[in-house]
Amino acid sequence: MTDLDSFRAETRKWLDANCPPEMRQPIRSEADICWGGRNWTFQSDAQRRWLEAMAERGWTVPDWPKDYGGGGLSANEARVLKEEMQRIGARPPLTSFGISMLGPALLAFGTEEQKRRYLPQIAHGEIRWCQGYSEPGAGSDLASLQTKAEDRDDHWLVNGQKVWTSYADKADWIFCLVRTSTESKQGGISFLLFDMETPGVSTKPILLISGSSPFCETFFDDVKVPKEQIVGEVNKGWDVAKYLLGHEREMISGMGLGMGGSLGAAVKPSDPMLRAEIAAFDVDALAFAAMSERFAAMWKSGEAHPASPSMMKYAGTELNKRRNELAMAAGGTEALEWEATPAARTWLRSKGNSIEGGTSEIQLNIVAKHILGLPGA
Amino acid sequence: MTLLSDDQKMLQETAASFLAEEGSIAKQLRHWRDIGCKDGFGHGLWKQFAELGLTGICIPESHGGLGLGATEAALVLEEIGRNLTPSPFLATAVVAARAIEGTAHADRWYAGILSGDAVLALAVDEGSRHAPEQTALEAKRQGNGFVLNGGKQFVVQGGSADMIVTVARTGGSPGETEGLTLFAVPKDTAGLNVDNLSLVDSSKAARLTFENVQLNADAVIGEVDDGWQPLTRALNAGRAGAAAELVGVASGASTMTIDYLKQRRQFGKLIGEFQALQHRAGHLYSEIEIARAAAFKAAQLLDAGDERAELYVYVAKAKAAEVASLAVREGVQMHGGIGMTDEHDIGLFMKREAVLGELFGDVYYHRERVAALSGY
Repeated sequence: MTDLDSFRAETRKWLDANCPPEMRQPIRSEADICWGGRNWTFQSDAQRRWLEAMAERGWTVPDWPKDYGGGGLSANEARVLKEEMQRIGARPPLTSFGISMLGPALLAFGTEEQKRRYLPQIAHGEIRWCQGYSEPGAGSDLASLQTKAEDRDDHWLVNGQKVWTSYADKADWIFCLVRTSTESKQGGISFLLFDMETPGVSTKPILLISGSSPFCETFFDDVKVPKEQIVGEVNKGWDVAKYLLGHEREMISGMGLGMGGSLGAAVKPSDPMLRAEIAAFDVDALAFAAMSERFAAMWKSGEAHPASPSMMKYAGTELNKRRNELAMAAGGTEALEWEATPAARTWLRSKGNSIEGGTSEIQLNIVAKHILGLPGA
Repeated sequence: MTLLSDDQKMLQETAASFLAEEGSIAKQLRHWRDIGCKDGFGHGLWKQFAELGLTGICIPESHGGLGLGATEAALVLEEIGRNLTPSPFLATAVVAARAIEGTAHADRWYAGILSGDAVLALAVDEGSRHAPEQTALEAKRQGNGFVLNGGKQFVVQGGSADMIVTVARTGGSPGETEGLTLFAVPKDTAGLNVDNLSLVDSSKAARLTFENVQLNADAVIGEVDDGWQPLTRALNAGRAGAAAELVGVASGASTMTIDYLKQRRQFGKLIGEFQALQHRAGHLYSEIEIARAAAFKAAQLLDAGDERAELYVYVAKAKAAEVASLAVREGVQMHGGIGMTDEHDIGLFMKREAVLGELFGDVYYHRERVAALSGY
């Protein structure tokens, strides 16, 4: 028995003993996701126990170092854990932008002190983070952002506005791109962390076509941020931002995997023309699932092109939109009911997938320029 | 999914340099096409495949082969696809080798495959669409043997094959998977007529007519009436292999096209500067990566004997054919007028894709299989 085999056996035994049956049910909606944070209300006792058990082992972030609240697992061990969780249909114990976005950026760019301060809080689900990137005038052209941070000797003074801040109204802290110099576009951006309860921070939810408000406008009015809460060097925040966007795109591309399983098997299309389209979709979805596995392995081993998350984000989100189009078609008139089924809301929400985190067109620009080396892109 | 091992990477490099060097379009495809070669490939190159050990990839070590699998075959086939190299590799070293695996015919034919002397083919299709369970070619018991009557078509390398693995019906009716038997039919067998035809890509595929072809009982490969399982094993190896070759075709066409976008100037600009073309190129890149992942997933599952292998073989063949089709259509279009000329190589990719896309079932066949296997 190899070390990995015995790790698998132990993991299986531990999961069997510690993953509550309720946490082995498929995630049906947003409400089933555990985001954590200062103001988090657990949906159930099982959700709380599952998070606590996993966090204690560092398995909310299995491949982070143990010193920072992680599990210290090797890439292979982390894969085995993932496979064993999939085997019993275990839900992720914790989902957060801290895990998928800020954490990796802090591991790469943070000071030792920052890592020790922020990472364990993320691993334990104690602090919920939001991302302050887009602004009213800086969408696809993100680097043109104008939110200003002035150096006031003992603090940064932040003024400006962000938009499309996911769950800003529910988040405890924000990682935020600010302009610290106007001399250079990308070279005048810094990466700040601050508490959303700091005086001068306010949020206003945005009602989407889907009827929900996962995004906010976020306003900063003379917000004082301690000097040490900058990640990376002053005016070098764009490097951190880009690195983090890679992780964000990787995460969003996971949408291409849907809720798992065949769409055709789920909707059992009776119309032969629709069945044919759904079969074509299922081929693409299964092929994309293989791509996700391959990408994850290549990303971990460093063989993936640095711009490849853009390709994954593009393909995954376009696929998810198609899944929703076909699900609506299969649902027929029943799928139009606004309150009775989530189909229409899910379909409308999916349209944002290929906009948020960089539009499909921006991703294709990046692929054309950085991977294919096309001129002038 | 695991990434390639060091050994697999070495094999990939060997195949890549060998085929780019010796299997190039100028040296092989155009050469044999332009002299009107009856086999459509060069036996000298097939010998070189053998010298490198490549013909033995799917042959067990006990028979002197490399004892490797679908993944290694896929690595070679992707390079074959990229260079449009005509060879019996897929038909002989993958499909036929798998069909006769573990039988007395392996003892008879493996040595010839290993040395690059033998060419084997598989005869399965009888109509213009792939439908193996519809096999009607009749094999009637007579004395100690069988008499075969009927026809086959799209028998790739059938005209140059020393032996043709032939799927015939010994029981049941067309549409049933039971009652099929595989026979080893040597060339020059009395009553077998081979009509060697040129296809759109200058490869050769034969139409066969069986007129009272008498075979001894020892011509049976495996068990009488139980041919579906070894046939499926051979076909799935072939489908996974064709998927990998299609990924190579797509990749070769795409590389040629991207290079062209970086050279061709119009309106005082490189045409690769135009966003309309950049986005299509980016989309194509993404699709090829996905098709490659699907092809390797299928091969790895086959090698692992995983129960999801069948599903992924269908996915891989459907996806790779769809993507290779996109790649060659974009390739010809983005080359503009020069892409329509015989002089330019890009059109050759389009021709090859058309044939590989049909081989062992087209996109629609495989989508249907995915739907059926998924329970809808």
